[in-house]
Amino acid sequence: MNIHEYQAKGILRSFGVPVPDGHVCYNGASAREWAKRLGEGPWVVKAQIHAGGRGKGGGVKLARTPDEVRNIARDMLGMVLSTHQTGPEGKVVSRVLVENGCNIARELYVSLLVDRSSSRVTLMASTEGGMDIEEVAARTPEKIYREAVEPLVGLTPFQCRNMAFSLGLEGKLVNKAVRMLEGLYTAFIACDCSLLEINPLVVTAENELLALDAKFGFDDNAVFRHPKIGDMRDYDEEDPNEVEASQHDLSYISLTGNIGCLVNGAGLAMATMDIIKHYGGDPANFLDVGGGATIERVTEAFKIILSDVSVKGILVNIFGGIMKCDVIATGVIEAARQVSLKVPLVVRLEGTNVEKGKQLLAESGLNIVAANGMADAAQKIVRAVAAC
Amino acid sequence: MSILVDKYTKVITQGITGTTGLFHAQGARDYGTRMVGGVTPGKGGTTIDGFPVFNTVREAVEKTGAIASVIYVPPPFAADAIMEAVDAGIEMVCCITEGIPVLDMVKVKQYMEGKKTRLIGPNCPGVITPGECKIGIMPGYIHKPGKVGVVSRSGTLTYEAVWQLTGYGLGQSTCVGIGGDPVNGTSHLDCLRMFEEDPETEAVIMIGEIGGNSEEEAACFVRDHMTKPVAAYIAGRTAPPGKRMGHAGAIICGGKGTAAGKVAVLEECGIAVAASPAEMAQALLKIYKL
Repeated sequence: MNIHEYQAKGILRSFGVPVPDGHVCYNGASAREWAKRLGEGPWVVKAQIHAGGRGKGGGVKLARTPDEVRNIARDMLGMVLSTHQTGPEGKVVSRVLVENGCNIARELYVSLLVDRSSSRVTLMASTEGGMDIEEVAARTPEKIYREAVEPLVGLTPFQCRNMAFSLGLEGKLVNKAVRMLEGLYTAFIACDCSLLEINPLVVTAENELLALDAKFGFDDNAVFRHPKIGDMRDYDEEDPNEVEASQHDLSYISLTGNIGCLVNGAGLAMATMDIIKHYGGDPANFLDVGGGATIERVTEAFKIILSDVSVKGILVNIFGGIMKCDVIATGVIEAARQVSLKVPLVVRLEGTNVEKGKQLLAESGLNIVAANGMADAAQKIVRAVAAC
Repeated sequence: MSILVDKYTKVITQGITGTTGLFHAQGARDYGTRMVGGVTPGKGGTTIDGFPVFNTVREAVEKTGAIASVIYVPPPFAADAIMEAVDAGIEMVCCITEGIPVLDMVKVKQYMEGKKTRLIGPNCPGVITPGECKIGIMPGYIHKPGKVGVVSRSGTLTYEAVWQLTGYGLGQSTCVGIGGDPVNGTSHLDCLRMFEEDPETEAVIMIGEIGGNSEEEAACFVRDHMTKPVAAYIAGRTAPPGKRMGHAGAIICGGKGTAAGKVAVLEECGIAVAASPAEMAQALLKIYKL
């Protein structure tokens, strides 16, 4: 789960991490008012969408007067902002962050994440702030510093000092950096983050440290113990089909192709997409109905797949273990009737009660193509869709 | 022989009075696994469908002599359940639970350092040595005793591989689901090492997916130390970057963990990578002569 920058900065502020003073605004007039309240200017107006690269797309602008803040905010609100992360379709801006500008002397990078290979939280920092960190990692890996954190001890002051000195900080900035890094780590643990990224972390002309941008990624598995963070979820930032699917405990991700997939198990669902591609087709989605799918869930899954207008055919691929094939077959038949299915449907069933399942499909009177094995199923649906 | 579990392995179920726990404990018992009891705090001293129930893992171990445990405890309590099993000296813990917070697992991993327990999972189907011992949620009947080891991050995709093998008359020594989470107990590499040492395993199928570098790490072991043929399949060639594909660990981050990258490394290391998931057993048969 992700949140907006203004929400992220609110969380950081509550953990004592210095961020610029600012406020979220939903219209030009309130942007102007808040600018006046915040200080003397200049101000920065930042479009709030869940994507990086906003500056290049015109989503971050400097304003010298409160009127200018208002005008910029007015222009930004409602505009479609597209960045390298949103894709060409972009995202509509429905809120902006107005905050005090600052005099930047240096831009640094710092982040915390769960490192899979060491199974530890790792603090990462770089002198190359404000840049795409993946590029820095590829081009100049020696400019990225790392400290792995012992979970039962936590991030230690010496590790923070190591980082501060590696970043070339001196004098009072060292202790300020230690306090800031400790604050970031405390926030990371307290909020069950999977990622916390400050890019850039700036050193101002007045020798202060400020988190100029902030990106939180929360562990979806842990949101249950942070209801306040769960409330920050902005459904407008997510694919509506993915939101709908998650409400039915379906794991769905929309893709750009035209063959809808309904599969049990995440690995098999990915493999099904792959084999469609292998035979020259193009999957429209990833969809894992899970292990204990009911008739209702299968029906919902069909509805979600079909709400994507580009879907020209559906492949159902089930390896029944705990899930029995006759149950899935009943679900598929029920769903196909309810949604009065008009596109070709290929069903591959294997596993528990497979014969019963196949019989049900054959006797249903519906135009369902049965397949034997994944390869046969993929070839059949690719051919059927090509013939449309 | 086999790895991890065999017909002598005594197993307890943590969370045995829950619907899922009981259902799979019964399934495992029907398969022939020595299911010797279970744990549900507060229900100690009772029995459920013939299984004695204990309040603590320690007590269950003392009374039953269990050396393995399988966990069906809900996500908020699962990390604690793993540590309880570790503390009680269980040799192998298999955690089926999906949805454990990753920072809980980070703590569990540190807690387990220096202890003798092996953790399989979490978010996995379990472990099976066909014909001897089934611990977990996989359908037993698709398996056949034999000499091919299977290790995988995915449940149903493992069944797919096993079914293909069985279809060719190739049985399995042991099948291990290591789970789809980013922080887990046992890696592909750990399993390959065990399969290499196991005299009854003659060949291995390794199933991986996008995200992390567990497959690459295992591939280097294959290149440097493995004498047995290894075939593989990597799921997620068509997965878009930055999106979690169902499994918490299945995500391409910053251009890393792509299927193409993994396939290239695996092939360089001499692993036969199946071009499609329908060809996993075929890929193995190309390099493994009966």
